[in-house]
Amino acid sequence: MTTASRPFVPHAVGTAMPRPEGPQKVRGTARYTVETPGSDALYLFPVQAGVARGRVTAIDTSAAEALEGVVAVLTHENAPRLAREADADHGVLQSSTIHQHGQYLAAVLATSSESAREAASLVSVEVVEEPHAAVLDEDSPDLYTPEALVVGVTDDTRGDPEAALAASAVTLRRTYRTPMEHHQPLEPHATVACWEDGRLVVHDATQAVSWTRQALAAAFGLDESDVDVVAQHVGGGFGSKGGTHPNTMLTALAAQAVPGRSVRYALTRQQMFDLVGYRPATVQHVALGADREGRLTAITHDVVDQGSKIGEFVEPAAAFSRGMYAAETRRTTHRVVPLDIGVPTFMRAPGEAPGSFAGECAMDELAIELGIDPIELRLRNEPEVDPESGLPYSSRNLVACLRRGAERFGWADRDPAPRARLVDGWWHGTGVGSASFPVPRFPGSEATIRATGTGDTAGYTVEIAASDIGQGARAALTAIAADALDVGVERIDLRIGDTAFGPAGPAGGSAGTTSWGATIVEAADRFRDKYGDHPEDGDEADAHTPDNPWAGEYSMHAFGAHFVEVAVHADTGEIRVPRMLGVFAAGRIVNPLTARSQFLGGMTWGLSAALHEESVLDDRFGHVVNRDFAGYHVATNADVGTLDVEWLDEDDPYVNPMGTKGIGEIGIVGVAAAIANAAYHATGVRVRSLPITLDAFL
Amino acid sequence: MKLDLTLTVDGHHHSLTVDTRTTVLDALREHLDITSPKKGCDHGQCGACTVLLDGRRTLSCLSLAVAHDGAEITTADGLAPDGELHPLQQAFVDHDAYQCGYCTPGQICSAVGMLDEAAHGAPSVVTDDLTGDVRLDRAEIAERLSGNLCRCGAYAHIVDAVEQVAR
Ligand code: FES
Ligand code: FES
Repeated sequence: MTTASRPFVPHAVGTAMPRPEGPQKVRGTARYTVETPGSDALYLFPVQAGVARGRVTAIDTSAAEALEGVVAVLTHENAPRLAREADADHGVLQSSTIHQHGQYLAAVLATSSESAREAASLVSVEVVEEPHAAVLDEDSPDLYTPEALVVGVTDDTRGDPEAALAASAVTLRRTYRTPMEHHQPLEPHATVACWEDGRLVVHDATQAVSWTRQALAAAFGLDESDVDVVAQHVGGGFGSKGGTHPNTMLTALAAQAVPGRSVRYALTRQQMFDLVGYRPATVQHVALGADREGRLTAITHDVVDQGSKIGEFVEPAAAFSRGMYAAETRRTTHRVVPLDIGVPTFMRAPGEAPGSFAGECAMDELAIELGIDPIELRLRNEPEVDPESGLPYSSRNLVACLRRGAERFGWADRDPAPRARLVDGWWHGTGVGSASFPVPRFPGSEATIRATGTGDTAGYTVEIAASDIGQGARAALTAIAADALDVGVERIDLRIGDTAFGPAGPAGGSAGTTSWGATIVEAADRFRDKYGDHPEDGDEADAHTPDNPWAGEYSMHAFGAHFVEVAVHADTGEIRVPRMLGVFAAGRIVNPLTARSQFLGGMTWGLSAALHEESVLDDRFGHVVNRDFAGYHVATNADVGTLDVEWLDEDDPYVNPMGTKGIGEIGIVGVAAAIANAAYHATGVRVRSLPITLDAFL
Repeated sequence: MKLDLTLTVDGHHHSLTVDTRTTVLDALREHLDITSPKKGCDHGQCGACTVLLDGRRTLSCLSLAVAHDGAEITTADGLAPDGELHPLQQAFVDHDAYQCGYCTPGQICSAVGMLDEAAHGAPSVVTDDLTGDVRLDRAEIAERLSGNLCRCGAYAHIVDAVEQVAR
């Protein structure tokens, strides 16, 4: 694999472009998965387990089957067999064993949604319950050491941090806690599946049509070429629509029972708390050792994660501390407590979001201990090279973000004294938190470029199975393709969201634009090598994602700094965030219009995590109690104060031909810490557990 | 039990037979294939299903279709007859007041209804003067649109867009 040989000259890239699909979205005519036309589609409604562990001993579907409009009722006794016993999570309706609350035990197919739902309520299930554990206890005897993180090793130790901590002039040891959180994209997960002549055609609300295809092909024993997966418009994902979950499997399985007929299933909001992943709770022990001038001598960050017995996902929260600041010694570890609950998964900035809450609060606490300004403390510990890999950074502008943010926010006048500003009954304070997120590239995408028409006015069809989950892939990839082909955006016809266009990496890991963009640039380069800039109608070239030749030479990360003002009501403890500023250094920004939305969205997520979000598990049944938007709070419009965003010009020639770093996740990293730090500054009360609620201040 | 009813949706007349349990939202989406209003929660907690029902913003998931026989419904699609975007819709596009777009038709119907409420002097919880004209500053807009969740977190841009049109 080569990299593109032409320099990438940005014209469309860097220019604000409204989303091409914008008019459809504001009218509501952009179709999301469950809206896929098809009038004879059957509605699926599931029956779910009410216990966390056990066995189905009897299941009676006769009353459900007798209901008008019901076409089929599937259970583990009559459902088609899957090709293999996939992870228990994907092996829907294959056995009588219950692994988690909410597990699918049966599925009703009916001609109307009302009938399907009523029939599901008529299925009677007898269950033998078995003992279970659902709530994270960090002293659990079941605690284990996972083999590896998704990226990187489980544990990493440099030098002798305990000796360094013992010898440090100042030592800080703290424990921070973050809760279980659920993604809750506003479009519930949904699937429409149909079997036609042995082929499986699936519309799925997914961040990765290719991954969904792989998972379905494996489960049903099909060649990938016999599975089509389409996702044109996806109503948010944030990680939950990355992996394939049991709902997609169930819909495809049920459709197998009614060949030639479409089956559609959109989860209820309540079901969204059962089976489509979550961010696991963490307990994080952090220790910092420093000399009197604030130079770190030791960092330790030891994490215990909530986990599942069904499948493993490790929230890599300590990984945040591997690269953030310089220190001679360091230890980061991850342990997992496996529980009888669903499988956790990636959620916006997995690892960095909870890890930065601990890491950046600890830096604030150390700054206070030392009597050093928290920004100054960070500047004093800026590493020369990546402390984890020892590699130089392709670009690292954390210091510039902190300085620029301090200037714009008005940090210089800040009086560090806590509980010193009472205005109209509200305690006011300000806080800061740093952000970092890696720049990965997913291999394995494929792009095809085809000329339509001839000569100077030729159009270019650009096909890649990318997903637009709201991040703005249609606009961004159109701009990248236009610049790579050196033509105007109006000549690009971008087609995405369909496995017909070959394999592609996911909209995830802040790597979509990098991975798909680099692939499109490579294909454009080959196209121009082959046909020049005056192609004939039908000329075509394709390419796979090129490797990044600099990958082993440089450490690649985006950086940022968050500044917030917090007000806490002196009598009620109500906490508000009137002002937030995020300054980012994230390479070249492809589309300033949509990029701002991504940063704002990330910051709003950070606010929401800081003040609102917590999934509460009931230990008796293993389910989330606050299982809707009335119980699981996400930030509303009125919760958001003045948000300010700025990004620095950053020229990074190593990340990819476009010079871009991902921006989907960095906006959330460090926000909760900045808010907790500001809340301390406002009130003198240090909150080390999320979400920060008013009782902490009373 | 099923009943017959008529609905006028975005200027088009429809006769349909629905289950008495069918909501206005499901009547639109599942019977008439009008999918502009979205289902985010089905419980009146997210606002994605907001339509203008007889001129007022209404959560269509909390309204039973049979209770609205003969109603006039406007969806976000109906605000753009012949594809000509309503000024609010154009402002949403210009300010990028969305990401995934799933909350957007509801946000827009809600904002249209809200502007009308404000024009008629309806106060909100953040209105200081309960008797004078309503001045729609950012806090008023945010408050009045807080029944419409946006999980993508586009609120800041939504307020920008609505503020531009409210001026
Ligand atoms: S779908 Fe009606 S309020 Fe959520
Ligand atoms: S734009 Fe995605 S929920 Fe609002």
